[in-house]
Amino acid sequence: MAIEVIKPGLATSVQDLGRPGYYHLGIPESGGMDRYALRAANLLVGNAEGDAVLEATFQGPELRFTRDALIAVTGAELPPLVDGAARPTWTSFAVRAGEVLGFGFLKQGARAYIAAAGGIDVPAVLGSRSTYALGALGGFAGRKLEAGDVLPLGAIGNTVQEGRAVPEALRPLLPSPVILRVLPGLYDFRTTEAARDGFFADAWKVAAEADRIGYRFRGGRKLEFVPRRQPFGAGSDPSNIVDSCYPYGSIQVPAGSEPIILHRDAVSGGGYFMIGTVISADMDLIGQMQPNMPTRFAPVDMPQALAARRDAAERLAALRRSLEYNQKL
Amino acid sequence: MMTRMSFGGDEHIFVELDEEMSLDACFRALSLARAVRASGIKGITEVCPANASFLVRFDPDVIAPDDLRAELVSLDQATERAEPLLNTRIIEVPVFYNDPWTRETLMRFRERHQAPDMTDLEYAAQINNYASVDALIAAHAASPWFVSMVGFVAGLPWLYQMVERAKQIEVPKYLRPRTDTPRLTVGHGGCLGCMYSVRGAGGYQMFGITPMPIYDPAQSISYLRDFMILFNPGDIVRFRPIGREEYDAIAAEVAAGRFVPRISPVVFSLDAFHADPAASNAKLVGALNGH
Repeated sequence: MAIEVIKPGLATSVQDLGRPGYYHLGIPESGGMDRYALRAANLLVGNAEGDAVLEATFQGPELRFTRDALIAVTGAELPPLVDGAARPTWTSFAVRAGEVLGFGFLKQGARAYIAAAGGIDVPAVLGSRSTYALGALGGFAGRKLEAGDVLPLGAIGNTVQEGRAVPEALRPLLPSPVILRVLPGLYDFRTTEAARDGFFADAWKVAAEADRIGYRFRGGRKLEFVPRRQPFGAGSDPSNIVDSCYPYGSIQVPAGSEPIILHRDAVSGGGYFMIGTVISADMDLIGQMQPNMPTRFAPVDMPQALAARRDAAERLAALRRSLEYNQKL
Repeated sequence: MMTRMSFGGDEHIFVELDEEMSLDACFRALSLARAVRASGIKGITEVCPANASFLVRFDPDVIAPDDLRAELVSLDQATERAEPLLNTRIIEVPVFYNDPWTRETLMRFRERHQAPDMTDLEYAAQINNYASVDALIAAHAASPWFVSMVGFVAGLPWLYQMVERAKQIEVPKYLRPRTDTPRLTVGHGGCLGCMYSVRGAGGYQMFGITPMPIYDPAQSISYLRDFMILFNPGDIVRFRPIGREEYDAIAAEVAAGRFVPRISPVVFSLDAFHADPAASNAKLVGALNGH
């Protein structure tokens, strides 16, 4: 009735579509960093889109199944192996009781989503099965997986055939450089105009410090600030503000040197100025970025951000149609 | 004070009441955040109060960003005229100041501190012109604190000292953040206090520790069974200094599931506070003693 964790991989955790509603108390939404891939994995095995899956980072786990299961692996190109035999990504396949699901080396992307029919059935906490490791909340024991963990699987609601696949055209590609679209704002007036222009013109790279909380970047010029007398309570560094709430996707630049984009496990607030916010349509992309990946930030306005949001919604609708169609065959 | 709004991507709008920290700005931010939450404006999914600002998350498929901004502008104008009263509660937090655990931790990170030859308390006492550590502790515990924000990590309260600005304790943060802070450390950075709800990294000066948990994801602690987080923005905190013996006794009570924090409902009036901070504080603290 379960999955036994033989090897956990680097950072594998249980995630679903998250637990919104508690950010005002410091509990971030969590959930899959690449939600599109998470939804696709679930749809491929006949689950509800928001069922809990495993999010594996950079390296796959090794899992023994104690019951027959239908599996799909999406997101990063992390080649699945069943008892050593290759299986395709973005395609459902069967694993028999006693078989071991392992993975080859990562070829592209950063996070793979491993869905099993029935979903990972850990208890829901505040409405979600997602893991928030910093707060030891949700998921399996509030942490990333360890060898020896046993994960329960839920009852299978909707039986589907193996071999369902997401069409090539609906599998996102990671361009190089990755271009992240940003709506400037928040405290961007703190930097000089030249510094803002430089931020958007410069070539950046993902730094080693890149996790579910946030992604750090290096390589661009240091930001210059407009001189001012710091407001009471803000702190003495020109990049300091009176501690405020941080939006998901907001880009803070402590001391003006290395931008950090907050993601699904965001710290909810703090005292660093923010230059803008990555638009919702590009958040999934960040979850697939590896350290050293070349990155550019592109300024957009609100109508462009909303148009990108509609495009993302249409891509998701196309994915749903394509898998419904498969199901009817 | 001039309200400033800015969009954080296509799903957030940031509302700043003031660039600088004050009880007035915090009060305004909290009142307006509460009004926004109560307004029932469609498409709003979360409202997060902060020290002198707040953040609204919304679904732009339900409400156009400019429409939401217009709604917030009119709410801002409406609440500006409201009487500054807050129905809230005061919570007593026992603190073991200068305790062995934060002391052991701060000794491990001396090279990241402004004054490696002093403890955090000695340094804070010196730069705030207190004659001794005990005098600083007395000042820290003498007045109540306003929970100006909850966050960073789950359940961590930021606290604003309810005294005139000239009397506020102010310290810089560590030069480089520590990689470790004991759970339930009472800290201070800038003009703000905090309580570390979980063990982890931190940059605030460490003054002491409370035996009273404020976050329990397992929800096994008696007073955190209904909800895992104790504090809400707008709560008022009173620190009560305790020694090792009482610390151990309370910790044992917590472990046995018998400890109940002292909490009393209060009405906080910003006008009364400004007219006479000492009298207003005495009234708030009196509520803990059934007055």
